[in-house]
Amino acid sequence: MSDSNIKHHVSDALLMAYSAGTLPEAFSLTVATHISMCDECRARLGALDCIGGVIVERCDAQEMPEDSLSKTMALIRKGRRDEAPHARRGSVNMPVPLQDYIGGGLESVRWRSVGMGVKQAVLPTSPDATARLLYIPAGAAVPDHGHRGTELTLVLQGAFRDAVAHFGPGDLEIADEDLDHTPVADIGEDCICLAATDAPLRFRSMLPRMAQPFLRI
Amino acid sequence: MTSTNEKRATENEDWVTCIDLIRENGDEEAFARLFMHFAPRVKGFLMRSGSDATQAEECTQDVMATLWHKAHLFDPARATAATWIFTIARNRKIDMLRRQKRPEPEDLPWGHEPEPDQADVLMLQQESEQLAQAIAALPDKQRVLIEKAYFGDLSHSEIADQTGLPLGTIKSRIRLALDRLRHEMK
Repeated sequence: MSDSNIKHHVSDALLMAYSAGTLPEAFSLTVATHISMCDECRARLGALDCIGGVIVERCDAQEMPEDSLSKTMALIRKGRRDEAPHARRGSVNMPVPLQDYIGGGLESVRWRSVGMGVKQAVLPTSPDATARLLYIPAGAAVPDHGHRGTELTLVLQGAFRDAVAHFGPGDLEIADEDLDHTPVADIGEDCICLAATDAPLRFRSMLPRMAQPFLRI
Repeated sequence: MTSTNEKRATENEDWVTCIDLIRENGDEEAFARLFMHFAPRVKGFLMRSGSDATQAEECTQDVMATLWHKAHLFDPARATAATWIFTIARNRKIDMLRRQKRPEPEDLPWGHEPEPDQADVLMLQQESEQLAQAIAALPDKQRVLIEKAYFGDLSHSEIADQTGLPLGTIKSRIRLALDRLRHEMK
């Protein structure tokens, strides 16, 4: 499952943080889902992991206790070969890492309405950032909002347009605090996105601001 | 310079051979060689990332045992031994130090792909060595920033988008290996 039509990719900085293992879980989930759809970023990640390998090579070696090799051999005998016979393959708009957080495919999502036909489902991740699925009916808009931190939006199905560009399946939008935007779903198909934020969104109008505590965003 | 390059590239290939021997024959001698070289470095990496000595030792043993059990999943057309060991150590580190899960990209179907092309393996191992040389040649300030990112001392918003490293060749090499895999899977 890899789509060469993807135009908007993970930035170098985000991908390096993912390679280093320092992203909040919600961001890691979004990056891992994009990579599942994008071989270009999978290859870029491979190159960045290679930096990690070089850094381990260059590390000051710290002496291991004398019995550590025999202890490791004992660990090996206790364990077993990791069979991983056939890797699981996700569906076109629902790669495996995301399925693991939903507990199945799109049909298993427990949507909650947030008004105007827009629905969301918050996924269980560590509290340093929030991941949620957004369901935007064809032609509908998500209320105008700005960000304090970073917001990642990955299109799983359909497409949306905002002031920046047009985003289709597999495309990732990286929005920082300078961006106020109103994503509007394309007419042809309902749009489903995975969105991750590391700070609450700020809505421009009064009504969504009141609704914010209920949205958990 | 060139002779060091070639020597280190051969070293990379030796580690690949060791992992082959572990996978094919359960070769404990080959494992001991890998252990002697990598375990102290993994321990150093973990301690530099904030774990204490005891924790780092336990975790290192775990990482090396994982290497044995997953030896059949190592693809030398896409990674060096050091790169692969780094990814195992990183995942254990997140587990141990941050008590978080790390969502991984969907695996490419393992198990029935063909033996990697030897020329691909050779090229990747050599290009990795060139990347190591490029990192060594970076100005101190820039290299320290990259190290900080990998030791977990920088947040994603503090990491620069430009590393100044020539990652293009190695990326293209891995991309080629991925395309080959995709083709074989069809």
